Amino acid sequence: MFLEPKNKGWQPSASIENLKARAELLAEIRAFFHKRGVLEVETPLLCSTTSLHPHIKPIEACYTNPQYPEKKKYYLQTSPEFEMKRLLSAGSGPIYQLNKAFRDDESGRLHNPEFTMLEWYRPDFDQHALMDEIDDLLGLVLNVPKAERLTYGFLFARSFNINPYQTSVEELEQCAREYQINISEEVRRTLTINDWLDILMTHCIESKLGLERPVILYDYPATKAALAKIRSTEPWVAERFEVFVDGIELANGYHELTDPEVQLMRFQEDCELRRELGLPEIAIPYDLIEALKVGLPASSGVALGFDRLLMLKLKCQHIEEVMAFTIDRV
Amino acid sequence: MATYSTNEFKSGLKVILDGDPYAILENEFVKPGKGQAFNRVKFRNLKTGRVIERTLKSGESVEAADVVDKEMQYLYNDGERWHFMVVETYEQYEFNKAVIGDSRLWLKEQDICIVTLWNDLPLCVTPPNFVVLKIVDTDPGLKGDTSGGGGKPATLETGAVVRVPLFVQVDEFIKVDTRTGQYVSRAKE
Repeated sequence: MFLEPKNKGWQPSASIENLKARAELLAEIRAFFHKRGVLEVETPLLCSTTSLHPHIKPIEACYTNPQYPEKKKYYLQTSPEFEMKRLLSAGSGPIYQLNKAFRDDESGRLHNPEFTMLEWYRPDFDQHALMDEIDDLLGLVLNVPKAERLTYGFLFARSFNINPYQTSVEELEQCAREYQINISEEVRRTLTINDWLDILMTHCIESKLGLERPVILYDYPATKAALAKIRSTEPWVAERFEVFVDGIELANGYHELTDPEVQLMRFQEDCELRRELGLPEIAIPYDLIEALKVGLPASSGVALGFDRLLMLKLKCQHIEEVMAFTIDRV
Repeated sequence: MATYSTNEFKSGLKVILDGDPYAILENEFVKPGKGQAFNRVKFRNLKTGRVIERTLKSGESVEAADVVDKEMQYLYNDGERWHFMVVETYEQYEFNKAVIGDSRLWLKEQDICIVTLWNDLPLCVTPPNFVVLKIVDTDPGLKGDTSGGGGKPATLETGAVVRVPLFVQVDEFIKVDTRTGQYVSRAKE
């Protein structure tokens, strides 16, 4: 699907019936966490820094007050991750947030630039303990059995006979060619191992994941760590996981990185990468580094697309069916 | 050179890929949470009709094709070329056999067709969805057989061969669906 430039009219994109189901699901999720003693928090949507990830584009917003005679640049949050970790370091205990997140240039069947994210953190949980809790939540909401847990390595070996932890651009490109994935030569030259892994995943595997029951994919290649802990076993893997239901990527979780020095290094690498790609500079969130120095408790956290969860529950094909007004209507 | 970026893509948009004109059929935005965004796009080749799928990086641009559809009247065939005219302006265009392809089987003089032009050169012609044509040859059929079971082949004035019910005879006119090449009904001239 695509963004129609033309006016779609004043009516909501979702039916009133679906909006009632939306309100019910919000209440159901809040009750789920309330029962488990997880605290609901709200962190600012407007912050002076945001994710540095080169593939996540923030939407900029300006703020003016007498202190800033010239407008100061802020960002609508792409995820509440940094501020929630600052709360964890301040001793909040387990927390969740059900709030808006914003990502520029993302619009389609499964995307809207403004969407609702459910994000929660569990001190003292490793990634498998958090996966158990996701099983409980999905069982309650979607009435599905417990997820099948597969490692990223197993899935790539089974699907392509490729070891994703030790592969090369050439091997992945060859595989994509066998699957007749057609990409212009110009773009082909710019693609990294991570890009090729994503292409194979989205073109050949994803739509078949989680059809019978949810699938949780874990132990990602270390190059895909983002803000996850890396386990220095052989091969090195990131303690990151993703949840798939009915062929849709629903959630992304980490056993959280807690070491401030390693965290700072990853931010610096992202800054470097942004420069190379010609992306706008974003300030390193030093407040988060300071919080980690005081001590982020060992925790696992996960972000889940609330709108997609509702789509799955109502068996909708397009995100517009579960949102009051999508971007082309506002 | 005009270009379209992937976020301007919508079905029907005409673009150039590898030197050939294509129309966009479907455009799907694909983005892993932490990965590069792509568009998986289905394109139809306007010369051959073949459909291909291509993956583009989001934000990638492709050249716009100067392709327009024009209503034209089919005039006549001179043996080698097929001649068309824009009724309002009397502008004339001609097709050779390679370009006109199977469309020639449905062209009746004076019918209004859609002609697709690329850089002002004819690319393809779409005949009206239904045309009325005269049968020039078909077996008489067995007398009294009105079951119409499998029908019989009939050759039309344009050279097209369609299956018709047994009761339809030479010199009669029939209505044909040009999209499927199937008989619809008997017709008056």
